[in-house]
Amino acid sequence: MNRSALDLWVGIFVTIGVAAILFLSLKVGNLLTVSNDHGYRLEAEFDNIGGLKLRAPVKAAGVVVGRVEGIRLDPKTYEAVVTLKIDRGYAFSKDTIASILTSGLLGEVYIGLDAGGDTRMLADGDTITKTQSAIVLEKLIGQFLFDKAAGGAGAPAASGGAAPAAAAAGGTR
Amino acid sequence: MRASTVETALRRVGSVTINSVERVGFAARFSLAVVVHAPAAVRRLSLTLREIYFSGVLSLVIILVSGLFVGMVLALQGYDVLTRYGANESLGVLVALSLVRELGPVVAGLLFASRAGSAITAEIGLMKTTEQLSAMEMMAVDPLARVVAPRFFGGIVSMPLLAALFSTMGIFGAYVVGVRLIGIDAGSFWGNMQAAVDFRYDIVNGIVKSVVFGVAVSLIAVFEGYHARPTAEGVSTATTRTVVASSLSILALDFVLTVFMFRGLGV
Repeated sequence: MNRSALDLWVGIFVTIGVAAILFLSLKVGNLLTVSNDHGYRLEAEFDNIGGLKLRAPVKAAGVVVGRVEGIRLDPKTYEAVVTLKIDRGYAFSKDTIASILTSGLLGEVYIGLDAGGDTRMLADGDTITKTQSAIVLEKLIGQFLFDKAAGGAGAPAASGGAAPAAAAAGGTR
Repeated sequence: MRASTVETALRRVGSVTINSVERVGFAARFSLAVVVHAPAAVRRLSLTLREIYFSGVLSLVIILVSGLFVGMVLALQGYDVLTRYGANESLGVLVALSLVRELGPVVAGLLFASRAGSAITAEIGLMKTTEQLSAMEMMAVDPLARVVAPRFFGGIVSMPLLAALFSTMGIFGAYVVGVRLIGIDAGSFWGNMQAAVDFRYDIVNGIVKSVVFGVAVSLIAVFEGYHARPTAEGVSTATTRTVVASSLSILALDFVLTVFMFRGLGV
């Protein structure tokens, strides 16, 4: 095999190999749209984070605006402290509510942000004060059964259906 | 009599230990020498190009065809299981993550070991048998720089490219089966895949894995060839040892790397 044919074949090989790496990075890994390094960090404290995991999405109105970057337990208050990394370009007001939600019954757990009306905005390192914890299905069922039993023993009031759902949905702090 | 039996047994244990320590030391010194001579591969670029041609370009057919079929089979089997949980839109995620993280580097590495590694060992072993290596030393040409370094370097360059091509073909095969044949929505196939695959965690780690496998396979291949017994039988034993040793080290290294890369990620 002479040198120019060799060069051609090796050139083709290296080019399609690099093209494959680019394809994996851009099309599969979606490197262009998700910028990892730009953004600011917020903290939020929850009573219970349920099945929240690292790198879970943070969504506002269903749009992904960031990722969960860290989860730790506050040793004094025994609350979970979640660090959120929000993409630069999205600003949220001081009275934003962060809630832990699940997409579908068995879907992924994510953090939903509901923006408020405050004119002051959250900056890097701030803490979201209004949070709503994850709904733990077992507690919900337990409370429902408890209320059902209590309602059945007392007066035949049919109010047992609506009250536990509201009670178990977690108090907005 | 009894004492001499014990003595013979002890002697045997001692000789096995000394031989294996000697072999390990030998392999370590040889690896060091190969790494030291690796820049020679850049200086002799035409030789290195030739080796990239032999280990990379000539492995293209087997890598591309296997990648295509692995991806198509993954799509069929994955669809069968995912559809029981009503999650068949996650097919793209399943295929892309398994290919990019594990199957791409590992299967491409195994194919590379048996297609290119064995050829490198046989070539160097036969050069040794026919005393070409000794002849080079006579002419003051270092065989490590002239023969070993280009093959080692060529393997390291080829392996990540082959693994990336394997994964790409696999994802293409899964697309053909999942979207074109079965009829999953193309938007959710790509969209879920892009949401789940992370550049830093999945793709970079996959490339790191394939580079490590490339170094391991190339090193084992040139070592076995360089230290083959200079007989026809010795070359055949060395070729077999290359395939067995590099396949086992790929699988073991893959486990170790996976433990360090994907531990505590919660996914």
